[in-house]
Amino acid sequence: MRDRDDQRRIDRLGALLAGIGALAAVLLPFVIAKPNRIVAGEPLGLVAALPGAAGWPVAAVLLLAGVLTILDRRPGVRLAVAGAALAAVCLAVGVAADGLTPEGDRYGRVSPGGAFWLLAAVSLLAATDALARMSLRPAGRIGALVIAAGATAALLASGAWADLSFMREYAARADVFWREAARHGVLAVGSLAAAIAMGLPLGILCHRSARLRQALMPTLTLIQTIPSMALFGILMAPLGALAAALPLAHDLGIRGIGLAPALLALFLYALLPVVANTAVGLADVPAAVTDAGRGMGLTDRQLLTRVELPLAFPVILTGIRIVLVQNIGLATVAALIGGGGFGTFVFQGIGQTAMDLVLLGAVPTIALAFASAVILDAAAEAARRRPA
Amino acid sequence: MRVATALRLALVALLAAFLAAPDWFEPVFAPLTENGAPAIYRQASLLQLTIAHLGTVAVASLAATVVAVGLGIFVSRPAGADFLPLSRAIVNVGQTFPPVAVLALAVPAVGFGTAPTLIALFLYGLLPIFENTLAGLRQVPAAVLDSARGMGLTGRQRLVEVELPLALPVILAGVRYSVVVSIGTATIGSTVAARGLGEVIIAGLTSGNTAFVLQGGLVVGVTAVLIHDGLLAAERRAMAARASKA
Repeated sequence: MRDRDDQRRIDRLGALLAGIGALAAVLLPFVIAKPNRIVAGEPLGLVAALPGAAGWPVAAVLLLAGVLTILDRRPGVRLAVAGAALAAVCLAVGVAADGLTPEGDRYGRVSPGGAFWLLAAVSLLAATDALARMSLRPAGRIGALVIAAGATAALLASGAWADLSFMREYAARADVFWREAARHGVLAVGSLAAAIAMGLPLGILCHRSARLRQALMPTLTLIQTIPSMALFGILMAPLGALAAALPLAHDLGIRGIGLAPALLALFLYALLPVVANTAVGLADVPAAVTDAGRGMGLTDRQLLTRVELPLAFPVILTGIRIVLVQNIGLATVAALIGGGGFGTFVFQGIGQTAMDLVLLGAVPTIALAFASAVILDAAAEAARRRPA
Repeated sequence: MRVATALRLALVALLAAFLAAPDWFEPVFAPLTENGAPAIYRQASLLQLTIAHLGTVAVASLAATVVAVGLGIFVSRPAGADFLPLSRAIVNVGQTFPPVAVLALAVPAVGFGTAPTLIALFLYGLLPIFENTLAGLRQVPAAVLDSARGMGLTGRQRLVEVELPLALPVILAGVRYSVVVSIGTATIGSTVAARGLGEVIIAGLTSGNTAFVLQGGLVVGVTAVLIHDGLLAAERRAMAARASKA
């Protein structure tokens, strides 16, 4: 009986999201067409932006999606509806850009407007809500991520967005984009690898020695309070001096600006979560288990590798997740000291007040951080479910 | 403990002296400069920049606390239950957004200056406070709530007299974390022309003057540590006062 009431009652969250979407679609521009990148553009609503009468079917799909989100409480239906709304909005903005760009025009820019962003945002939120209510298992979450990534890749590869402003910025600097992407990966993953290589042994030592723990932990916590921009900058000086004093170090790429100080700073930020989680994970291993291991005649080393580390693994993985997500975000700041990465586009864009360029740097960073979080969360949960 | 207190007092005195009369410290920073570049940032008063920096953090944190605690209470009531799954998902996803990206994306909406920084700090600060408010309210034992109900307390009385006091330590820990992170993140605001200590660091980065980078970074870092410790001490004192009263 209660279930049926639940099915019939309107969904307040759905009502809120649909309301925001409807207001945005009516009041805000769907795209902004500019004759070139710098000047102010002409805002166009959903119907005006699309060629011919194509705006009406899109509006109808969105209206239907809004109504269903309010009335139907089944998560599967809500997910499908949100996906359909998102697809409609994304395809429509591509069609609008294509229709508004004169053939062969290289300077015109069609940027997505407020209505597009809000409609896409409420669709994504509705999809997130549906997924959250499904409470998927780790494999299901990875599956959802793969589907989302595949759909995004298909959309980008199809050329449906080719005339949109930020894709034009991308087309103009595709090779630089992938170079900075690789650089971003090197910064985030390289510093993580170094932090694991050093943080794991340090965490094990901290677990064994309370004195080391009391000395190391406050230091590592202190490093975390140094603002990222300052730490990047402060490390420029010693590395610059090192390069000046040792030609060999300079030849190895150790310089005051660029990759070296950025990697070192990210490594320092990464140490605390790795060391702390290793120590906490090891401390959480029940004493009865280690006693039993010792009783079976395991040496300290065997006890560590066969019992303690496998049991602490999920906690360590959680630390690695924190580090990777944090480093992907912080690596954007590396661009300020010539370290490269997606931050290059963000700061270039801020400098030129070219928001399309900012998007080109910010959106991949967010996507990368989000995907890493989903994957590592799922991995940590899977590790927890499977008894070691 | 006594050594730590003395250390902190010394740190406060040092910070105050540096902000009041930075020129006294010129010999300390001079070795870090090259080609006779200035050792102390003089384009603006360091004290005023610190006040502006902390003011931005205070406004954003205050707003974030009010909104996050309000939202946390709302989604944990029956009326807000529809919003619970999504709000938890947003907190998880939101924390993966890099501050630089949030800041840069706020610029087209509100323009350059302090406004995008306030928005980014506010949004970023919401997450830990909301998370802790929810966690604090959820850890209130069901038996306690039941007996409060049995005593005839209304939903509102239960919230104000039972749930919030029990959740307070966890909520305050969230506020403290949020404020400390904001102090660091606010430095990035200077890349979009917000007034604050990031200005000093950026001036150092662009002119290759390590002395500027170091003094900006040190002031931010020391302030963050001191405020963290101050908030922690205030929390402990409040808890102790309540415990002795009860």
